[in-house]
Amino acid sequence: MRYSGAEIIIKLLEQEGVEIVAGIPGGANLPLYDALYKSKIRHVLARHEQGAGFIAQGMARSTGRAAVCLATSGPGATNLLTAIADAKMDSVPLVAITGQVASNLIGSDAFQEVDMYGLTVPITKHNYLVSSADDLLNIIPEAFQLAQTGRPGPVAIDVPKDIQNQQLDIAEWPAAQPDIKQSYPIGENAVKAAVELIAGCERPVLYIGGGIVHSGASERLIELARKNSIPVATTLMGMGSFPDDDPLYLGMLGMHGSRYTNYIINEADLLIAFGVRFDDRATGNIQTFCPDAAVIHVDIDPAELDKLRTAHVSIRADIGVVLDRILPLVERNSRRGWLNRVEQLKERYPFVMPGRHDHYHPLNIIRYLGMKVGPDTIISTDVGQHQMWVAQSYPFSRPRTLLTSGSLGTMGFGLPAAIGAALANPDKRVLCFSGDGSILMNIQELATLADWQLNIAIIVFNNGHLGLVRQQQELFYQGHYIASRFRTSPNFAALARSFGIRGYDLDPNEDPYAMLNDCLYQAGPCLINVPIDGSTNVFPMVPPGKAIYEMIGGEQHA
Amino acid sequence: MPEINAEVISLRVRNHPGVMYHITGLFSRRGYNLEGILCGQLGNGETSQIYLLVDNNGVLPQMMKQLDKLQDVLEVSLLDSCDYSLFQRVHELIKVTT
Repeated sequence: MRYSGAEIIIKLLEQEGVEIVAGIPGGANLPLYDALYKSKIRHVLARHEQGAGFIAQGMARSTGRAAVCLATSGPGATNLLTAIADAKMDSVPLVAITGQVASNLIGSDAFQEVDMYGLTVPITKHNYLVSSADDLLNIIPEAFQLAQTGRPGPVAIDVPKDIQNQQLDIAEWPAAQPDIKQSYPIGENAVKAAVELIAGCERPVLYIGGGIVHSGASERLIELARKNSIPVATTLMGMGSFPDDDPLYLGMLGMHGSRYTNYIINEADLLIAFGVRFDDRATGNIQTFCPDAAVIHVDIDPAELDKLRTAHVSIRADIGVVLDRILPLVERNSRRGWLNRVEQLKERYPFVMPGRHDHYHPLNIIRYLGMKVGPDTIISTDVGQHQMWVAQSYPFSRPRTLLTSGSLGTMGFGLPAAIGAALANPDKRVLCFSGDGSILMNIQELATLADWQLNIAIIVFNNGHLGLVRQQQELFYQGHYIASRFRTSPNFAALARSFGIRGYDLDPNEDPYAMLNDCLYQAGPCLINVPIDGSTNVFPMVPPGKAIYEMIGGEQHA
Repeated sequence: MPEINAEVISLRVRNHPGVMYHITGLFSRRGYNLEGILCGQLGNGETSQIYLLVDNNGVLPQMMKQLDKLQDVLEVSLLDSCDYSLFQRVHELIKVTT
């Protein structure tokens, strides 16, 4: 039978199990959309390609499966770039398929031509400029395999319009590739050395990142921590992989970690680093980060091992596989002395919540909502103060329940990511925490949300500022406030209503909790504008370039 | 040419229009200069051999790992001992005929 290149792409997406794609059509990908017309794959029409990219990310981050976004050439393609770069930095499996001008026009500065291949080289795991329809039979399955295996990441496929139209006789489709879980040889000596380090140390800390989520190993992590009584600190990307209410949990470490968390890590004599990359937001000044601790580093990406910190034992592998090997060899240990010290530091340097009657403090509202909704609720955030407040106070207890732009720190991530998560998890509730700065960066996706009437509640903490910028200007730039305060702000509740979404304004003179309950207990999307104090800062804070024990703010009697 | 710290990286790569961009991009975005590049097809032209002359400045082990991660790079190694004077005589490689 004869198929066009576009039909081949769609057929192969179906074979990969893709059920939903997000995108925007345009001149150079119309053949692809024509093929989609005949497919059972659902298409979610975003209102900006960056929105489509983050909708796909929301699907991918919440399920662990590669998700697909589509865009046309030129501006459609460049609008995707931020979402692709974001996926690279946070290791999210994404397949971005863009239309390109016809092959004979490439390089001629044709209408809506941009070098998407060149632009995506540094921000993808791999990329393709397709030169024949025949090649698609290899490229599409390979793209999915690359995106999902090893350290996940984005793959970009640029398809010229004539290739989408090129006809090909296909007698037999290539068999669907089974999920290949790459395995790497793990040296017996490395396992033995790791077990010996754990047995011989006195003050171990598990330092856990997003790798544990990709590995699906959080159950085994919990088993290891409890068996050998090892406190667990997570990075922003690792949150949810260890239950918030477990006494061994230390919360998030680093720039906005709790005082006790950073102090405890600083006292460690062994860091068990699983699926982390010693990022500066987590470690502070790397030279001063636990200088006396031995390090066991496990990561699936060999380039992360010994990159910033030389480990005593480094293992390139899937963490789950390493845990399977280590668990039976690690002895039970109650570590009375170390856990007493941990408790002492927790009591002496607690995370200081605002007063109970400070109803409109974001920490109180986040904590309240966290207790109100179920543990499988998916949270997306934007980027800024509210993101750190969520990390500090929301009781995450399951992997893949926090979707946040950790490394690239993309404002505008939250709303489209929430849409993607809701599409991929129709049985779950989704909350999107945002700020008045971030939400406007992809506000057009309220229209997409209205299209699909998903169960998403958007909470906009409105302080009239780019809050984290304002905070840094206050703390490190002598209060030279420039460009951090908004001269005007839209009426967010009315704005939501104009899109056909329920919009609420919390009244600062009333109890917000009763109103929040009312807003949340109706099905369908809503936006809740929460006015907050514009001068509230995120504390504690490790100033840039300082050691993680050199925090400012967040003291108990501050 | 800095001779003392010079190293030669040997790469076998898939031969297609984007491969050199992937490789040079790894170096350029880290501000790491390539002192010399020699490249040519192997066999039927499906793969190519590339030799990169670089300054060994401590980032080299990380660069080797990053090169190894590229999908289009099939093999990467550091040449133990080689005479890299060829890099200094590239102008002799092509003879202009009149």
